[in-house]
Amino acid sequence: MARPLAPRIETLLWTAQRASAAALGLCVAVHLVTIVLAVRGGLSAAEILARTRGGITWLLFYGLFVVAVAIHAPIGLRSILRETTAWRGRSLDLACGLFALALVVFGWRAVGGLFR
Amino acid sequence: MPADGGTLEVRVWRGGAEGRYVPYAVPRRQSQTVLDAVSYIQRHLDASLSYRFACRVGMCGSCAMTVNGKPRWTCRTHVAKVARGGALTVGPLRNLPVIKDLACDMAPFFDKWAKAEGRFRPPTEPARDFVPVRPASPARQAADAGIECIGCAVCYAACDVVAANPDYLGPAALNRAWTLVNDVRDAGQRERLAAVAGDAGCHACHSQQGCREYCPKHLNPTAAIAGLKRVTARAALKGEI
Ligand code: SF4
Ligand code: SF4
Ligand code: FES
Repeated sequence: MARPLAPRIETLLWTAQRASAAALGLCVAVHLVTIVLAVRGGLSAAEILARTRGGITWLLFYGLFVVAVAIHAPIGLRSILRETTAWRGRSLDLACGLFALALVVFGWRAVGGLFR
Repeated sequence: MPADGGTLEVRVWRGGAEGRYVPYAVPRRQSQTVLDAVSYIQRHLDASLSYRFACRVGMCGSCAMTVNGKPRWTCRTHVAKVARGGALTVGPLRNLPVIKDLACDMAPFFDKWAKAEGRFRPPTEPARDFVPVRPASPARQAADAGIECIGCAVCYAACDVVAANPDYLGPAALNRAWTLVNDVRDAGQRERLAAVAGDAGCHACHSQQGCREYCPKHLNPTAAIAGLKRVTARAALKGEI
């Protein structure tokens, strides 16, 4: 089996997961409030898009939301897999890294769709 | 002590990793502890029963067993408190290899104390003067909160993360490490923080507090582990571990 990651890296991963959790708490709250307001206001999909297109604030907000998800989810997934399966080591680290990359790519693509 | 009337059915684990529960009829007595019941079986019913105890007053930490599914120090656990319908089921502690009957191999548990750098590291230079430790200082208070551990492994048996990840150092070893992190005289802090960080260390803890729930000394290993998470995070950000 490959050598485990250094205690420093493991600790930094844990810290990043905690920090991203804090960011996510805020992002999810804003996101939910936005949805509720949009639905209450009876906005159609086209009307929502009209408001988000070209909006730098929305771009930044959802761009950061995606980054927080891409940090938080793969680190958590890695811990869960290590605890519940026998999968460990470099192959797991790599798989979780790829998962993070996929979240960034697909997440930003979706955000781009709101902006353009 | 006079018999209190009645009989207690005590089902006791017999065997090693493989085995079965064997029922024994034990006379019910006043203020009877679970250890009293187990000792009665060994002295009067089956001398081949293996179990451990020493102090019988909650100091040595050797008598822990699983009683009706929960880890307990048996010398201080009254039958009246835990018996269900006049019956007790007594087994060895969880998460440790069973040697025989109620006796577990405690080596993995204490090996982890060593792995967690759970011993005082004096400075290489002999101390020239006393180090003042104010009893009211936050560090000393934090150390005091965890220092009364009797090494009974009740918390270790209660911890689901130990069950899922056999490498996990566990609540008692990490609690011990935390008392030393708060010892201003200790010279091995960097090694200790590196030893307790990561997947087998404090970062694996789910903070569900099973350890705290069952610790017979009412210690709070969860809080100690949270302290380790904080201090290791700071050290990692500064590049010290
Ligand atoms: S709080 Fe942590 S150490 Fe305590 S039982 Fe839960 S996972 Fe184990
Ligand atoms: S922390 Fe409590 S339960 Fe765990 S070994 Fe020490 S005294 Fe026993
Ligand atoms: S026999 Fe010593 S703590 Fe129970």
